[in-house]
Amino acid sequence: MASASVLSEYKAPISAHFSPYDFNGGTVLAIAGNDFALIATDTRLSQGFAIHSRECPKTFTLTNNTILGCCGFHGDVLTLTKTLAARLQIFEKDHNKPMPTASIAAMLSTILYYRRFFPYYTHNVVAGLDEEGKGCVYSFDPVGCYEKESFRAKGSASAMLQPLLDNQIGGKNQNGYTAQSLTSTQCVALVKDVFTSAAERDIYTGDNIIISVVNKDGIKSEKFPLRRD
Amino acid sequence: MAAPCVELPKGGFSFDNCARNARLEQLGLKFPTAYKTGTTIAGAIFKDGVVLGADTRATEDTVVADKNCAKIHYLSDNMYCCGAGTAADTEMTTQLISAELELHRLNTGRVPRVATANRLLKQMLYRYQGHIGAALVLGGVDVTGPNLYSIWPHGSTDKLPYVTMGSGSLAAMATFEDRFKPDMTREEAMKLVRDAIAAGIFNDLGSGSNVDLCVITKDKVEYIRPYEVANIRGVKQRSYRYQRGTTAILSSEVKKLDLDVFGTEVKHQPMDTQ
Repeated sequence: MASASVLSEYKAPISAHFSPYDFNGGTVLAIAGNDFALIATDTRLSQGFAIHSRECPKTFTLTNNTILGCCGFHGDVLTLTKTLAARLQIFEKDHNKPMPTASIAAMLSTILYYRRFFPYYTHNVVAGLDEEGKGCVYSFDPVGCYEKESFRAKGSASAMLQPLLDNQIGGKNQNGYTAQSLTSTQCVALVKDVFTSAAERDIYTGDNIIISVVNKDGIKSEKFPLRRD
Repeated sequence: MAAPCVELPKGGFSFDNCARNARLEQLGLKFPTAYKTGTTIAGAIFKDGVVLGADTRATEDTVVADKNCAKIHYLSDNMYCCGAGTAADTEMTTQLISAELELHRLNTGRVPRVATANRLLKQMLYRYQGHIGAALVLGGVDVTGPNLYSIWPHGSTDKLPYVTMGSGSLAAMATFEDRFKPDMTREEAMKLVRDAIAAGIFNDLGSGSNVDLCVITKDKVEYIRPYEVANIRGVKQRSYRYQRGTTAILSSEVKKLDLDVFGTEVKHQPMDTQ
C-alpha cells in the first residue's frame, strides 16, 4: 500500500493544546461631552452559561479625571489594570503631577502593542477630561490601535449599543436633523436606556450598570439596576 | 432532462447531499446553526398529579432570539412534554408523537398511557442516534396515576418523581434535591417547580424571561402561561420619536396599474342539511 504510506506523512503532529484565553463578557460605553466625560459599565462577570459575579464593574479610575473601561478576558483585564496603575504611580512620583488623559491613552497604546504577538484579550476605552477641561474619549483595539472619538461602546453588546449611539448622539441617517450636544443628565438617561435594551438581548450584559461622570468637580458615580436573568 | 422543480415530499427526512456536506464541513465550511433553547425545564409528581415547568428564552449563540417562547408542548389531553435542545427538533418530535398518540387513542378507544408516549419518543430518538437534538421532560396522568419521565436525545429514559433538563438543569435539580418531598399538595408542588425554574432563569445564562407551568391532574389540565413574569423590562427614560420625514426619500414615482376590475356579487345560500 504505497498510497497509504504517502498519506500518513501528512498527519498533524501530536501536540498538547493550551488555550490561554477565555471570554468573560461585559460591556463598557463612553461618551465625551463639552465639559464632561461619561463612562458606563455593566457589572456581570460570566463564563460560558455561568455567572461568576453580579458585582464586577469593568471601569477603573486611573486619575482624578481619567477612567478606563476594560473588558474581555478578565485575567488580562486584571493584569493590564495593575500594570497601568503601577505606571501611573511611577509617573506621578517622577513628575509630581498626575498623567493627562491624552498621555494615558498614548501609553496604553504602547503597552498593548508591546504584546502584539500574544495580545491582552481586552477591549479598552479611556474617558476623561483633556488639559483644557473638555471631555474626551479614546478607544482601542486589543493590540493598541487607538483613536480619539466622541462616543464608543466596547465589549459583548457593543454591536447593539453603537448603532443607537450613532443615531442618538451622532445624529446619523436622519434627514433634516443636526445633532445637538447632550447635557450630562441627558447622556445618563440615554445610557440607561441603551443598556436596558442591550440586557434584553445580550446574555452577557445584565445585573447592574455603574455610570461615572467626570467633570471639573471630580468623579460622580451612580448605580442603576438591569435585569438579572 | 432535469427532474421537475417541485417534487412532493414522500414523508420522513431528506438525506440528500449528506456525504457531500460532511466533506465540505471537514474542509472548513461553516453551516447555518439551528436555534438552541438553552433551557431550564423541570417536572415533579405530587399527591394527585404532575407539575411541568419551563422558562421562555430561546437563544442563538449569545443573542436572545425569542424572549417568550413556549417550551411546554401538547401531546394529548392527559399528557404534556417540555422540550430542551434544538428548538425545531423538540417542536416536530412532540407534534409527530402527538399525532401518533391520537391515532392510538382512536384505534384502541382508550386514554393513552404516559408509558406509551415515552416508548414512542425514545424509539424515535434512538433510531436517529442523537442527531435529533431533543431533550424532553414528559409528564401526564393515566389509568396508572401520575407519571413523569426524562428522555435524552440518544433515546435513554428515566422514570422519576422529579426531573430537570437543559442547560439550567443543575440549578433546577439543586432546588429539587433541597426541597422535594413525596405526596406534596398541588400548591406546594407548583411553588417548588416555580422555584426550580426561577433558579435556572437567574443562574443560567441560557435560560431567562418568564416561568410557564402546566398542572396535570386526573381530569383537568391547567396550562398557565405565563405563570410568573420573572423579569420586567426597565422603563425608558427618554422618548425616541422621530420627526415626520426623518427617513430620506431618494426618489419617488407613481405608476398607474393597468388592470380591469370586475365586481362579483356573492349571495347567501342556506347550507344543505338534508
